Amino acid sequence: MDYHWDWLFFFRETDDGLKYYDWILSGLGWTTLVSLASLAVALALGSALGVMRTTPKRWLVAIGDAYVDVFRNIPLIVQLFMWFFVVPELVPDSIGMWMKQDLPYVVIAVVGLGLYTAARIAEQVKAGINSLSRGQRDAGLALGLTEWQTYRHVRLPMAYRIVLPAMTSEAMNIFKNSAVTYAVGILELYFQYKQIIEKTSQVLEITIVVTLAYFALAFLMNRLLAFVERRTRVPGLIVGGKGGGVP
Amino acid sequence: MSDFDFSVIIENWGFLAQGLRYTVQVTLTAMLGGILIGTVLALMRLSSIPPLQWFAAGYVNIFRSVPLVQVILAFYLILPMVLQMITGQQMPIGAANSAYFTFTVFEAAYYSEIMRSGIQSVPRGQVAAGYAMGFTYGQTMRLVVLPQAFRNMLPVLLTQTIILFQDVSLVYAIGATDFFGAADKITQRDLRPVEMYTTVAVVYFVICFALSRLVKLLQSRIAIIR
Amino acid sequence: MIEIRNVSKWYGSFQVLTDCTTNVKKSEVVVVCGPSGSGKSTLIKCVNALEPFQKGSIVVNGVAVENPKTNLPKLRAQVGMVFQNFELFPHMTITENLTIAQIKVLGRSREQAVDKGLKLLDRVGLKAQAAKYPGQLSGGQQQRVAIARALAMDPICMLFDEPTSALDPEMINEVLDVMVQLAQEGMTMMCVTHEMGFARKVAHRVIFMDRGAIVEDAPKEEFFGQPRSERAQNFLAKILHH
Repeated sequence: MDYHWDWLFFFRETDDGLKYYDWILSGLGWTTLVSLASLAVALALGSALGVMRTTPKRWLVAIGDAYVDVFRNIPLIVQLFMWFFVVPELVPDSIGMWMKQDLPYVVIAVVGLGLYTAARIAEQVKAGINSLSRGQRDAGLALGLTEWQTYRHVRLPMAYRIVLPAMTSEAMNIFKNSAVTYAVGILELYFQYKQIIEKTSQVLEITIVVTLAYFALAFLMNRLLAFVERRTRVPGLIVGGKGGGVP
Repeated sequence: MSDFDFSVIIENWGFLAQGLRYTVQVTLTAMLGGILIGTVLALMRLSSIPPLQWFAAGYVNIFRSVPLVQVILAFYLILPMVLQMITGQQMPIGAANSAYFTFTVFEAAYYSEIMRSGIQSVPRGQVAAGYAMGFTYGQTMRLVVLPQAFRNMLPVLLTQTIILFQDVSLVYAIGATDFFGAADKITQRDLRPVEMYTTVAVVYFVICFALSRLVKLLQSRIAIIR
Repeated sequence: MIEIRNVSKWYGSFQVLTDCTTNVKKSEVVVVCGPSGSGKSTLIKCVNALEPFQKGSIVVNGVAVENPKTNLPKLRAQVGMVFQNFELFPHMTITENLTIAQIKVLGRSREQAVDKGLKLLDRVGLKAQAAKYPGQLSGGQQQRVAIARALAMDPICMLFDEPTSALDPEMINEVLDVMVQLAQEGMTMMCVTHEMGFARKVAHRVIFMDRGAIVEDAPKEEFFGQPRSERAQNFLAKILHH
């Protein structure tokens, strides 16, 4: 194969005066930022939706179910395009103009990715809560805690512990999914990857480097959540075992 | 909103439908190929031969930790190079064709994990019973273990296929004309983003929602049989 | 203290409670027994509104449970409940289990709550376990903690829902001992249990339920002497046998 390997190109100057590795680092920064911000949005909203879907109030359950159905059944890239190019046209003109002109792209991208991921988090949170025995809720209520306090102090703390492994893979996924935001103009790692290929044609080197970078991000998130898992582990409790887990 | 123009959709429906057909074709190809390769990978991973285990584990882990858009672009660029190396001549295969290959290879990693847990869900006694009847390894797998694994995992395999169907929209990265790509191209020409993207979203929703309900139905059926 | 009047409850079209009427006076100990599925657990859960019911009325200390205006958390805080499966909160230490509701519901300070909790823990003989988690205790120990947790709220009455039926036989007595002591101190108690020894020792009245209805409601001596209904006789024969 007459491919010309050139690992040193990363240190060559680009046409904007930076080095190619600067592009990669900047992309890595944006990927991290967009991912973590989206994850925060997704955790907050997803938890709220997950809780709603386990309440006895039918209309709350219906809203939660509908949300999950809509946001899980439309591709991420289509959802992002909806937020960027359709929603601003559907809202009142003044808000639409603001979205198009003043609102930073990255905010819309974060909201888009966050809302998409929230549907998945909502599924996990719901499954976690439902895996707890009904007696746990009863015990909380019997002590005089309100329904909300029962969620806050009794059900959610256990539910999160139970679904932490599933949450971990969702948190690792968000780095990968953040790559799709390139399509709406976020200069994250994949955008830089694409741009560097166009400029240099060093496909293999950059593919290896960017693959390793995504690897590293997923690995770090995995370690972080493994640490959280260790810190929140309950002595004497096998998750899914007695007390917490048996329905 | 007031000037939502349905005629744009109707005029361009032929082109959109072509895109949708491509999306379905890629989905079906990658599903069949992916499950096939994925099953082989799962058997390798569960085999007692270390090099096979390592290969399968490496394959699965690499594809599961990189973004699909990146793989789509990388394969689109690298595949022709590899083909040229093998055949010695220029082989421009094009975006549309490379996606068939990429999705099959990429999805195999995900299907393999599903098949692995499916195989592990079959009680060990079944394997022993297979051997006891004089079956070879291949026969035990083919006649006893895999059919049960496949049936147990059918809902999960189908759910993964619904995700795959949505993921085909990422061929946007290499400019292939799938359903979403078709809508995007019409938008570039006619400047009707609201009509086009909404149509894509609605059609995707209707198809995926209906399919996921069917999967749920299937799941409850299987639960009863078991 | 607890007045149950004509309570009926349905799950869909299936009737689980039929016209149940009884009452528990202050300092009275009432044992509810009956075959499984007879509705006894459901009835006791109606008392603190963990189970809704469609007909009838339950009045606890002058407050109607079924009244939508009733402040249920406040009512429940006054009614202690002990569950079959203990239902300690697995992610909290024993001390946290004992204090969470005191702090969040009664508004006690942490010091007050811990003080109270540890006193009660001492009383059930488990002071040494304060820093442990529920999963590190035996079933009998967990159930004693659960009783202490309920008592920490200074309840005006206690509900027990089969408190010993999830326990290994050798642990039953340590829990019953605590219950006997409570009864002798004059606590108002409504206990769903099959422990007829406990009933003979401390109960004032025994209620026998079958198929969602109260079949027998009699003073202890009468119930154990000569139950009027054949179903109660059969039940007693079976349960005393084993």
